[in-house]
Amino acid sequence: MKIHEYQAKELFRTFGVPVPDGSVAFSVEEAVEVAKGLGSYPVVVKAQIHAGGRGKGGGVKLAASEDEAMGFADDILGMTLVTHQTGPEGRVVNKLLVEAGQEIATELYLSLLVDRATAGIVIMASQEGGMDIEEVAASTPEKIIKVRVDPLTGIQGYHLREVGFGLGLPKAALREFSTLLKNLYTLFVKNDCSLLEINPLILTKDDRVMALDAKVDIDSNALFRHRSLLDLRDLDEEDPLEVEASNFNLNYINLDGNVGNIVNGAGLAMATMDIIKNAGAEPANFMDVGGGATAEMVENALRIILKDEKVKAVLINIFGGILRCDVFAEGIVAAAQKVGITIPVVVRMEGTNVEKGKEILAVSGLNLINAVDLKDAAEKVAAAI
Amino acid sequence: MSIFVNKETRLVVQGITGKEGQFHTRQCIEYGTNVVAGVTPGKGGQTMDKVPVFNTVRSAVEATGANTSMIFVPPPFCADAIMEAADSGVALIIAITEGIPVLDMVKVKNFLATKTCRLIGPNCPGIITPGECKIGIMPGKIHLAGGPVGVISRSGTLTYEVVDQLTKLGIGQTTCIGIGGDPVNGTNFIDVLGAFENDPDTQAIVMVGEIGGNAEEEAAAYIKAHVTKPVVGFIAGLTAPPGRTMGHAGAIISGNSGTGQAKIEAMEQNGIRVCKNLGTIGETCKEFF
Repeated sequence: MKIHEYQAKELFRTFGVPVPDGSVAFSVEEAVEVAKGLGSYPVVVKAQIHAGGRGKGGGVKLAASEDEAMGFADDILGMTLVTHQTGPEGRVVNKLLVEAGQEIATELYLSLLVDRATAGIVIMASQEGGMDIEEVAASTPEKIIKVRVDPLTGIQGYHLREVGFGLGLPKAALREFSTLLKNLYTLFVKNDCSLLEINPLILTKDDRVMALDAKVDIDSNALFRHRSLLDLRDLDEEDPLEVEASNFNLNYINLDGNVGNIVNGAGLAMATMDIIKNAGAEPANFMDVGGGATAEMVENALRIILKDEKVKAVLINIFGGILRCDVFAEGIVAAAQKVGITIPVVVRMEGTNVEKGKEILAVSGLNLINAVDLKDAAEKVAAAI
Repeated sequence: MSIFVNKETRLVVQGITGKEGQFHTRQCIEYGTNVVAGVTPGKGGQTMDKVPVFNTVRSAVEATGANTSMIFVPPPFCADAIMEAADSGVALIIAITEGIPVLDMVKVKNFLATKTCRLIGPNCPGIITPGECKIGIMPGKIHLAGGPVGVISRSGTLTYEVVDQLTKLGIGQTTCIGIGGDPVNGTNFIDVLGAFENDPDTQAIVMVGEIGGNAEEEAAAYIKAHVTKPVVGFIAGLTAPPGRTMGHAGAIISGNSGTGQAKIEAMEQNGIRVCKNLGTIGETCKEFF
């Protein structure tokens, strides 16, 4: 689960990680109030959307006066911000973060993440703050410090020293940096983060360290033990169909193509998208109804997919195995009748009593097309659009 | 021959009295798996069908000599269940559970490094040696006993699809393993590839990967260096957008890392025959093996 920068910074404050003074604003008036409350200028007006690259897209402005702050807030609120992470359609800005401008001496990079290869928590740091870290990693990998922490023993003093000295911090800032990093690690573990990134982390002219930006992703699988973090979910940042699907425990991602698909199992769902593309069409979505598919789940999935106006045909691919296809086929027919289908729906299923299942589909009188196997299914659905 | 599980396997099921646990235990028994015990804390002394239920894995192992565990415990308690099995002397642990927090798995993985047991999964369909032993949620009857192909995959239903195509072409399997779709898991591709290489009855290998991480790239390099048997590969998720988790927690392209294209290139460069169309993977195997 992604959260906003302002929410991440509130978490930072709670865990003793220094951030600039500031607050979220939902209107121009609120933004001006926050700016006034900060007491001095410049202030920074930052668009709050779940995507990086906001500065380059014009979503971050430095205001030298109240009038300027008001002007920038007015410009940014409601704008469609396009960054390299939003895609060309961009994202509408509904919230701002207004905070105190800082005197920056140096910009650094600092992140914590779960490293799948070593099953540890890895701290990554670099003196090349403010840059795209993937570019730094690709062009000058020697400029990236990587320190692995054993999750069973947690963060130790030497981890902090390796990062702090590695960044070449002045002596006066080392102690404060160590506290910051230790607190960040605690925050990471206590909140089941999957990624925590500060870019840039700044060193001020008076040798203080501060998180100028904050990106935090929470492991969705761990939300059962963090009920309060659930409140941080912002449905405005999510596709409405994806939100609806998540309410039914369906794994759904809306894409650009025109062939909707409903599949049981994530791997098979990805492979089904690929095979649709192979057959010359484009997948309109990823939809995994879970390994043990039921007719009810397929009904919900079908209803959601048919709401997507791009969809011109649907492929249902269920590898049941243990599942009885006759029961399942009856479920699909009932779902199709209930939802009402006006576009071709190709059904490919495997499992016990598959012949009986196909017979049920064939005599249903609905626009349901039987497929013998996966290859056949992809060809039939591509031909149907 | 086969790898990891066979007729000698003595299985304990953790979470045997839950809905999923019960259903799949019955399927496993029906297939011929030797289920010797179940564990549900608080239900010790009861039986599930004819299987004795214990409160702890340790007591189940002491009473029945169970050497392998299948876990259906819900995600909040699953890390605990895996570590319990490991600490009770179970040699092979198969965790079916999906949705374990990654920081729990990170701890489990480091804990298991101090033990000699093997973990398969979590978030996996399990392992089957056709005709001998089925541990997991895969449909038994799509398999064909006797080899010569070993199957290894990060996915569940996608593996069934592959196995089904092999079986329909008369190509049997020695052992089929799903290693799971989580970013941090127990047994990896390389562990299984090494075991298949050493199994005289396995003459060819099908490896099914997907986007996310670099396990396939590492496996490809391992195959070139250590595996003499022919390998057919498949990668799911070529059309997946970056930055989105595709159902499996581990199936995500982060920046430039974990793309399907990079995996296919690594596999092809290391002598693996990559099938690009899932609909023809059976035919590809028939032709290549």
